Amino acid sequence: MSSTFDQVATIIAETCDIPRDTITPDSHAIDDLGIDSLDFLDIAFAIDKAFGIKLPLEKWTQEVNDGKATTEQYFVLKNLCARIDELVAASKGATGA
Amino acid sequence: MKLEYFQLIDRILDLNMEEKTITVEAQVPTESTIFEGHFPGYPIMPGVLLIEAMAQASGWLLLSLLKFERMPFLAAVKEAKMRGFVAPGETLTVEANIVHEGSGYAIIDARIKVGGKLRCNSTIMLSHVPFPNPALRGHMDAVAKRIGFPQQIVTP
Repeated sequence: MSSTFDQVATIIAETCDIPRDTITPDSHAIDDLGIDSLDFLDIAFAIDKAFGIKLPLEKWTQEVNDGKATTEQYFVLKNLCARIDELVAASKGATGA
Repeated sequence: MKLEYFQLIDRILDLNMEEKTITVEAQVPTESTIFEGHFPGYPIMPGVLLIEAMAQASGWLLLSLLKFERMPFLAAVKEAKMRGFVAPGETLTVEANIVHEGSGYAIIDARIKVGGKLRCNSTIMLSHVPFPNPALRGHMDAVAKRIGFPQQIVTP
């Protein structure tokens, strides 16, 4: 399992008081874990800090609202982790790290 | 400060967009019905109103960083410590600084001092959205003028 998923799962467990062992890569943050938008802001803050990125939540939400993307693309954890990895790679590229 | 209208900020003393900090002043009224109940014989400013004052100062800071294009709303009070009482008539200095700017939200540290001494502090989360209607935008424009918000930031 990727370290990104382990970190994200731990963040979700600690932020939302969800048992860690119920969180899997296929869990949907909203539909399966019942995380609401406010709790997801807390998660986003923790992820931003942990990975040194800025999750583009507004862009994602807009895409979902416009029918250009599904919630699964961003909020199923394995997909969320893939997005985080992309953002971290882009961030490192931008800083030349 | 007009407690009955939830106008807790009187004027902006300093707004530093580079450092992402703000300092505002707020004069606690000497009389208010709130003090009649909180508490009889021992009037003090309710802690929730001190938190609101810190949230409003934080909101003005975020409004400036958002170029007055989006409206901040209180989303969460992550922590708040009431370290000393605030009495009617006291002048509050409220400071706030951005801790983190996320997508659609910000985390802000804020504190209230009286005479240079810390009375309370809080970590606040504000979310922000496009102004929901012209009436609110117009109201915020008017308040901005009243409290000395730099008008060059207020775009039409």
